[in-house]
Order: sequence, then C-alpha cells, then structure tokens
Amino acid sequence: MSIEQKQIEIIEEFSSFTDWMEKYEYIIELGKDLEIIQSEFKTDDNLIKGCQSRVWLHSELKPKGTLNFTADSDAIITKGLVALVIRVLTDERPEDIVNADLHFVNDIGLQEHLSPTRSNGLASMIKQMKMYAFAYAHK
Amino acid sequence: MSIDITHIRKEFPILHQEVNGYPLVYLDSAATTQKPQIVINAIEHYYKFLNANIHRGAHYLANLSTVKYEDSREKVRAFLNAEKSEEIIFTSGTTDGINLVAQTWGRQNIQAGDEIVLSMLEHHSNIVPWQMLAEEKGAVIRVIPIHESGEWDLTQIDTIISAKTKMVAVNHVSNALGTINQIDLVIARADAIGAKVLIDGAQSVAHFPVDVQSLNCDFYVFSAHKIYGATGTGVLYGKSQLLEAMPPWRGGGEMIKSVSFEKTTYNELPFKFEAGTPNIEGVIALGEAIDFVSRLDWNNMQAHDMTLLNAATSELMMIDGLRIFGTAANKVGVLSFLVDGIHPYDVGTLLDKQGVAVRTGHHCTEPLWNHFGVSGSVRASFGVYTTLDDIDRFVNALKKSIQLLR
Repeated sequence: MSIEQKQIEIIEEFSSFTDWMEKYEYIIELGKDLEIIQSEFKTDDNLIKGCQSRVWLHSELKPKGTLNFTADSDAIITKGLVALVIRVLTDERPEDIVNADLHFVNDIGLQEHLSPTRSNGLASMIKQMKMYAFAYAHK
Repeated sequence: MSIDITHIRKEFPILHQEVNGYPLVYLDSAATTQKPQIVINAIEHYYKFLNANIHRGAHYLANLSTVKYEDSREKVRAFLNAEKSEEIIFTSGTTDGINLVAQTWGRQNIQAGDEIVLSMLEHHSNIVPWQMLAEEKGAVIRVIPIHESGEWDLTQIDTIISAKTKMVAVNHVSNALGTINQIDLVIARADAIGAKVLIDGAQSVAHFPVDVQSLNCDFYVFSAHKIYGATGTGVLYGKSQLLEAMPPWRGGGEMIKSVSFEKTTYNELPFKFEAGTPNIEGVIALGEAIDFVSRLDWNNMQAHDMTLLNAATSELMMIDGLRIFGTAANKVGVLSFLVDGIHPYDVGTLLDKQGVAVRTGHHCTEPLWNHFGVSGSVRASFGVYTTLDDIDRFVNALKKSIQLLR
C-alpha cells in the first residue's frame, strides 16, 4: 500500500467518529497498541526531546531497500499520533518518505498537534524521519 | 461582603466564548491573566487619541501621552508603596527587570568567590540571569532547599546566607506550586549581613498587596500581564540610592542628559534605565489594571482565591492516584498535580478538548521538578474571574480525561 493509500485509509477510519471523545479514545488505543521500540534503541541518541512529551525514534533500512521505523513516547496521546505517522511512513522507500506530504494530519483534524506550542515532539519526529530517509536516499 | 463575580466576569470579554464546543474555563492565570475591558479600552484609546512619543516634543499629544505615562508611574508607586516615583523603572517584564539588576548592580558589585542565593522554587528567569553573571565573575550560586510541602526549608538559612552572600534573589510566590514564601525571614537575614535582596513578584502582585517599604527589599520586579495588564510591560522597583549608584544598562535615546562623541552624560532616575521609546500603551494600560485591582477589595479577592483553592483541592484529593504538589499552608490559587501513570501532556490535551485551559509541563522550573523526581505537572491557576462553576467543570473534565487515559 502506498503512502497515499495509507493516508486515505486513515482518513476513512477517522470519518466515522462523531465527537472528540471517540477520536481520542481511538488515538489512545493506537498508543497502547504501538509496538514498543526495542529497549536497546530507547537511548538518548534516539530521543527527540519535545518540551513536554518525549519521543524515541529508531530507523532501520531493510534488505529490500525500505525504511522501517519503531518509536515510543512517554505520553499516550503523542504515542497514538506517532503510531499513525509510523503506519504511513514505515516500510516505504526512503525517497518516497522524503517526498511524502502528510496531509492526513490536517484532514483528520489533528493539525494542532503539529503546532510549535504543543511541544509534543511530533513535528520534530516527522522532520527526523525525513532526515533519516534523506540520508539513506543519498547513500 | 464577597466579590460580585458575575459583575467582574462581564468585564472580561474573552471569557465569554466556546472552545472546542464547550464554554471556556480559563485556569491558566499564572501564565497570563485575561484583560478587563478598561485595559483593552486604554490601549485602543491610546492609539486613537493619545499616540505620541513621550518626554520629547512640545506638542499637545506628546504632553498628553507623557502625562498619562507618568500618571502610571505614580499609580505603580502607590500600588507598591514605594517612597518615590523615580524608584519605579518601567521594563518589558519580570525577566527584563531581573536581567537589568544582574547586568548593572550585579556586574558592578559581584566579584569572584561572592555568593548569590536563589531558592529551589525559582523560575528559570530568576536563575539564568544570575548564572550568566556568576559564570562571568566566578561567583557561586547557593540554593535554599524546600520541604516536601513546597515551603522553603530555612533551618540552614544562616549558613546559606553568609558573609559571602552579596545578593539574594527569590520569588514572593512560587509559580509552579503557589507557595507564598517567607520572604520576610530571608530579607531580615540578608539585611543582617548586608546582602541585597531582589524579590520576583510575578506571581504575587495579582493576589495580595505588596508594600516594598515594610518588606524592606532592595528590588522588586513584576510583569503587567500577570495583573490584568498587557504583555511586554513590567516594573522594576529599586531603592533610589541603589538605582542611583548603578550604571546604565541599555544605551540610547531618553536615557541621556547630553551626548557628544567625546562624552555622554546620563539622565537621572528613572529615565537612566528607560532607553528608547518604551511600551507607552502598555504602561498606560498598567495604570488602568492597577485601578481595576484597587477597586476590588484585597480581603475579598484573597477570600475568593481561598474559596476556589479549597474547593478544588478537596475535589482533587478525592481522585484516586492524584498527587498534589505544593501543600503549603499559605498558598495562592495555584494547584499543581499529577495523576499516577498518566503524562501531564495527555491530561492537558484532553482538558483542552473539553474547553478547559491549564498549563502542563515544567512551568520553567526544571530544578524543582528534578527535586521531586518528575518531569513536570498539570497546573490549574485562578484569577479574579474564576468561579466555583469553573472548578466544577474542570474537575468533571479531569475525571473524564482520566477515565479515557486509564
């Protein structure tokens, strides 16, 4: 499934929610279900320090040439948002990740979480994912 | 007589709106207070009818704006009960005032080996300027510790404030916990050994009256926006003999008596420290904000603050796994807390979804949270417009948030 297809899938999932509670319940569930980053990768080197919630991000290039991401956060909502971004970008080719326009965040009404005042580390994480992808794409 | 909260709320237009489909419950007054209509009007009126640069120009508007600006200085003098109006320096805020003292009095008087005493409860604004000075001069920072209650532990105060101490810079009220600090004891000790004292009043001025003469502190700083005034305006009070002896900080217009390329002589107080065109509308609006606060009776306001704090505290204490940080007997309307196993950011996000504005994180007091062994808290803080209904909505929204997060 392409990055775009995955975004459309997420937008469809979210379109069924009628209020903020259902939406956040779902995000919290995603956060709880996020496959935990292996402890050896939960290091300070992999830490993306937001002002409030912290995010750890690990990337790995697979033999078939795609980039895989695992991550964790100390805040469950951030973790749910991280899970969504990972779902869209993981297992994709580095050049596709670099060029990806993550419009789904806006489309499902979660753009506020990318604003600098939120300081949740999510915007920095996306930037970091693209930087990893850029580095692999130009290896 | 209790305060007429319905009437007061009518004066704050921003409160009458919905956020995320819920009536706004604004519990972040310690970060900044909302503004009453008279303050908003003062700013609009300034630009419509008064705007002119002050202390220069012989024309009608320049005189008018200068008179209003200097009226505010006199209002602040009376508000702090300072002896003279030239002891009131307008700054851009608390941070600016502390930096001014550190960079002028500090650079003139602090030497290698001297000690600067802060407390565990300080805001970064009252830590970093002193660290910068200490680093430059080779001075040493010492810290007043706290009890678990969030009150200063003054048992060792005579060794912490010693003959080596040149400056004691502490807050009157903790922004993170709400503790009203025993500054009188610290000022007395500093006075006994000849150290100067700067009080960070950012969190106190909106909650109780301050009398700098009876406190006998050397410097007192606060921000207008924490007391229903505008952002970008603040006050530094200093004893005149200290301010006189301090070198100027920022050079520019207004702060000079005469300038030539050979020698510049500086203006007298308070203008020596007010280089450049100041935030004129902010200063005029501060005068209005002080009038607003002065019309409310302090006793009533404090009683209201306590009613809110007690109600919120007893409600929160009933929530399973909730820990309140800051349990001092003397507090202002600030409640800092954490819920077991739940990140403050998650609580703040879900409260916001229900129209409740709180602060989450370290509140610019990282050393304090390191001391408690946590990364920060959720903080609800109250203003004159906060109601018991706000507290109810907040508590219910909090319970719902916890339910979703557990």
